[in-house]
Amino acid sequence: MFSKSTHDIAASFSRRGVLAATAGLLLGLASLTGAKAADDTIKVGVLHSLSGTMAISETTLKDTILFLIDEQNKKGGVLGKKLEAVVVDPASNWPLFAEKARELITKDKVSVVFGCWTSVSRKSVLPVFKELNNILFYPVQYEGEESERNVFYTGAAPNQQAIPAVDYLMKEEKVKRWVLAGTDYVYPRTTNKILEAYLKSKGVAQEDIMINYTPFGHSDWQTIVADIKKFGSAGKKTAVVSTINGDANVPFYKELGNQGIKAKDIPVVAFSVGEEELAGIDTKPLVGHLAAWNYFQSIKTKDGSNEKFIKDWQAYTKNPKRVTNDPMEAHVIGFAMWVKAVEKVKSTDPDKVIDALPGIEAPNLTGGVSKMLPNHHITKPVFIGEIKGNGQFDVVWKTPGLVAGDAWSKELDGSKDLIGDWVGKKCGNFNTKTNKCLGSGS
Amino acid sequence: MPAHLSARLCSLALALFLIAFALPAFAGPFEDAVAKFANDDFSDTEEAIGVVAGSGNKLAFPIISALQDGRLMADPDSKKVYVTGADGKSIDAATGEAVASVPDSASAVRLNNRLRRSVDAALGSLTLQSPDVGTRLQAAQSVFKSHEETALEAVEAALAKESNRSVKAALGEARAAILLFKSDATEVEKLEAVATLKARGDQEALALLTGMGDQPASVTKAAASAIGSIQNSLAVWSMVQNAWYGLSLGSVLLLAAIGLAITFGVMGVINMAHGEMVMLGAYTTFVVQEVIRSRYPGLFDYSLLIAVPLAFLVAGAIGVLIERSIIRFLYGRPLETLLATWGLSLVLQQAVRTMFGPTNREVGNPSWMSGAFELGQITITYNRLWILLFTLAVFAILLAMLRYTALGLEMRAVTQNRRMAASMGIATSRVDALTFGLGSGIAGIAGVALSQIDNVSPNLGQSYIIDSFMVVVFGGVGNLWGTLVGAFTLGIANKFLEPVAGAVLGKIAILVLIILFIQKRPRGLFALKGRAVEA
Repeated sequence: MFSKSTHDIAASFSRRGVLAATAGLLLGLASLTGAKAADDTIKVGVLHSLSGTMAISETTLKDTILFLIDEQNKKGGVLGKKLEAVVVDPASNWPLFAEKARELITKDKVSVVFGCWTSVSRKSVLPVFKELNNILFYPVQYEGEESERNVFYTGAAPNQQAIPAVDYLMKEEKVKRWVLAGTDYVYPRTTNKILEAYLKSKGVAQEDIMINYTPFGHSDWQTIVADIKKFGSAGKKTAVVSTINGDANVPFYKELGNQGIKAKDIPVVAFSVGEEELAGIDTKPLVGHLAAWNYFQSIKTKDGSNEKFIKDWQAYTKNPKRVTNDPMEAHVIGFAMWVKAVEKVKSTDPDKVIDALPGIEAPNLTGGVSKMLPNHHITKPVFIGEIKGNGQFDVVWKTPGLVAGDAWSKELDGSKDLIGDWVGKKCGNFNTKTNKCLGSGS
Repeated sequence: MPAHLSARLCSLALALFLIAFALPAFAGPFEDAVAKFANDDFSDTEEAIGVVAGSGNKLAFPIISALQDGRLMADPDSKKVYVTGADGKSIDAATGEAVASVPDSASAVRLNNRLRRSVDAALGSLTLQSPDVGTRLQAAQSVFKSHEETALEAVEAALAKESNRSVKAALGEARAAILLFKSDATEVEKLEAVATLKARGDQEALALLTGMGDQPASVTKAAASAIGSIQNSLAVWSMVQNAWYGLSLGSVLLLAAIGLAITFGVMGVINMAHGEMVMLGAYTTFVVQEVIRSRYPGLFDYSLLIAVPLAFLVAGAIGVLIERSIIRFLYGRPLETLLATWGLSLVLQQAVRTMFGPTNREVGNPSWMSGAFELGQITITYNRLWILLFTLAVFAILLAMLRYTALGLEMRAVTQNRRMAASMGIATSRVDALTFGLGSGIAGIAGVALSQIDNVSPNLGQSYIIDSFMVVVFGGVGNLWGTLVGAFTLGIANKFLEPVAGAVLGKIAILVLIILFIQKRPRGLFALKGRAVEA
């Protein structure tokens, strides 16, 4: 791990460094795989940052895929061959994501890639996957407005997380006034645009919506928390919908706790705060604040599948306190779907697997069965959880059934007529009004 | 035992047995309501809270307060509900009888935010006449918040008996809040209520006045004028608040930058690894707290005091090591120093990531650093206040050290004129190492304080390095006072810009202003003068 990251330091310095790092990495891999002949194994690419700002979230996903491959190999692998992980470190550097993706596909000849976290990293690797025709499984909740042939989105689209959460607040907490707070980048901005349109369609007035953006890693929340307090004292029930990402959440929640904003006065519902993020905070002042996800570690299943997964995962990582979270579950589902599709067509050829994937079903960890849809999104249940004193969530609400992911939001003018359909129409952005495929470039 | 006595005991036992079985048949609404807690259904729980709170049963208070603290256990199988105490003793919630133990199948009754509000309201009216002043005050405040009509009688009864002035005022406000929303209250009562809320004059009063709905014309008019006057006074307070936030942000900037003011400002080393020294200090705090948690939990409130000297030593020692092994070969080569220290910062980050893992580590706030107090209409949080005081103390100590100690004198001599200092017999290379160690050590101390308000992750340092350089350059390189003034100027400017421009634009505006300022005054606010500058 250490030698690899020093390569990456070099990589950030110069172009020549990149070549050196690549060469080094390849050498390392060659010695790792050793005597094994190339076609004995099926290679699976893992494209998650192991250093830099996103390492905090993405390292766990790398471990998840290694764990899943290990489990699958114990069962005899796929098509009679063992799976072999090829791990690269794009170091939270967006252009490096594209380079590493190219390296995985052309040099390592991987059959599929599991990777990316931020939307900008996904956008950065998209052209590579299109050009080299390979498969990417993307496990994180995101802003939608995309459906690509080579990408399978196992995280939540806005209608599988944001919209149900807002519905919950409206119905259960009778919220009338909304603060949409987010980090300043594409996911929060698009999600808030969708939410704003949705709230207005439900009759919320413009002056009852406050939108606020902060830079990445923002640490001084005094003014914003005071503003929220002020906004919440207009005599109407107020809630905060938070798309604040990553590290900035800890100081935000600390400030909320210190300024005495309790969940029962102004609840905060977050879309990027899970068990992993809460592991770094004392959650007692946060009890009652909410999060919307498609999976919580605390969910009890009738068949014990979640309990078993947690036990196996903690045994694999040799850490009895290691938590599980939503993007991990997305990888579990995505991985199972890919294995099923490969076994169905008896080939790892990307074209065949891409065509086989829609319609494939795989059990999720909350007792249901998720299905891959023609728009390359999946069906998922939506849960609202309240933060408990021990850093876990208590599910207070869930959707009655599974929700199908919408690639294109029905709330936005630009996208409400669009659908993604890679089965019938062979098109990611088909306009149902004009009956035309917009094609790439949109 | 005589036969007749045992016979009597037998019949008594039989009678008790019969009563015990007969009881459920006679169970009143109270017992029915208590049983509903076992249904694990939020609306049933809400109903139960209402019935129990209004029952007048002496068990109502223990049940509701146990519910609030998560000590109310319900067994879904037998539908029995138990109140467990802090001392481990439990009672049956329906009868009040002590029970030996709560069955394992019982779990705490769950709450959501709506229920937490009803629990607060219920507890409020139940504890209005508690013997403890603090509890009464809290009760009055929660009634004020929920302002439900049903609590009016309880409030008026408590008001008649109350002797403590602040509780009396709070009760009066609670009464006013209820009356304002009571549809059949008289106009006079409502006007009085508006006047009481106007006198209270804070955001919560404003919330009630703006949200009161349809009212008689005279009340609406009085409320409008009250709203106007409250808003005016709050606007003044918000200026005070911005100034306080600015001071607080300034103190964080100063704390992060003081160490750099030594290594970069005084020694002239462009130290990109400065932020990692801050991070090491924060991780030292984490390790100290871990040891305390597992071995001496009673010392937790002193964990920061123990961490400060340790963080200084850890970061300082690593600083000396870096100076001896890398930086001393690069004096006078700023570009190479920059690259070397930057590389070093990545190495340190990855080393910490490998040792402690990439995820955030939990550093707890000791009790004296948690919470806030109200000063007029602004909220001052204890952690920010302590950090401000701590920063000023560190600054004062550092200044005194440079001014009054032999090492301080040698440091100044070496940085002002190295060759002359060397000819006077000062071991310049030793002084260099110690100076760098001092700057790093202070960065480590900063890490202890910053662990209280920020993430403890390997990336902690990165977010402060730019700000630190900004402060030192803006304040004037080589001048500690400049760093102080620079930090507070930037902090206050940022906090006055933020409400107007937003956090993102505010930060950009500050950067633009600094660029313009540096064009005009390249040496910063407090430029050093004299020959030393040219050297």
